[in-house]
Amino acid sequence: MQKSWWKILSFILLLYTIIGGFLMDVPRLPILNETIRNMYFHVCMWFGMMILFIVSFVYSIKYLNTTNYKYDLFAKNFAATGTLFGVLGYATGVIWVSVTWITDQSQSLGSVLKEPKLIGAAIAILIYGAYFVLRGSFTDMDKRARVSAVYNIFAFAMLFPSIWIIPRMVGSLHPGSPGSDTGNPALDKNDMDAGMRAVFYPAVIGWTLLGVWISTLKIRMSMIQDSSLMNEQKKNEL
Amino acid sequence: MKKYLVTLMKRTLLLLLMVLVNLAAFAQQEVEMADGMRSNGKIYVVVAVCLTILIGLFVYMFTVDRRLRKIEKENIQ
Repeated sequence: MQKSWWKILSFILLLYTIIGGFLMDVPRLPILNETIRNMYFHVCMWFGMMILFIVSFVYSIKYLNTTNYKYDLFAKNFAATGTLFGVLGYATGVIWVSVTWITDQSQSLGSVLKEPKLIGAAIAILIYGAYFVLRGSFTDMDKRARVSAVYNIFAFAMLFPSIWIIPRMVGSLHPGSPGSDTGNPALDKNDMDAGMRAVFYPAVIGWTLLGVWISTLKIRMSMIQDSSLMNEQKKNEL
Repeated sequence: MKKYLVTLMKRTLLLLLMVLVNLAAFAQQEVEMADGMRSNGKIYVVVAVCLTILIGLFVYMFTVDRRLRKIEKENIQ
């Protein structure tokens, strides 16, 4: 295993996330109570998803610049891991919502279903789902790579209105939405104190590195499967 | 002299035993056991469970990585 220091770093950071995340003191806030510790897990999924989608976007542009098939594999697998993180973020969010919004804040199920942040995130993930459907529908490798690279750029552009801009404009139940002090529908920075940040940012890095690791494993697997690509690489090396 | 020492030892041992018995009886009075895994609402159990999952996950990741490297080496040769 070459260049594996960041894999070990990811392991150490996640060990620290679980030990520090469960045992260190957190601010005592109404409704949230101990669930504020979900910051180290739920929110990190979305941070990780965003970073992996940015990486995928960059590789799609690189593919269009160079038409090197390797970059298409990179873009595809980073998008796949990003989507996995998004689905996990959504699933953990559902559990959190059912306790804090519906029972403890007595919101109706209707108002939760109308929640723009949730609809936006669902749209964003579905757009990335369509990316994989699109990839699967081509038999020609070059056409698949080219069209899906363009679509990936569109999907990345759609992330911003659906999960960042619209929830800010219409207001949202999500912490940090307009009406609270920060006006940022992603997270309320005032809820976190210095002690929480000391766990939160290492947690973001740890989870993201784990996502990068999973992506690189998948990339290497598909590179082996694609033996023609390996032969091409060998020719380039010689 | 030797006899005296033996009796002295016997007496100290008896005293120690009585202290220990007394301590054990004192400990039995509190029902809540304060040993590691049961403190703070048993949060350490959750930490242990999550750490087990995390360590298992990373062991798996490392084995997959190593197996993949082996296949890559075979492919290049």
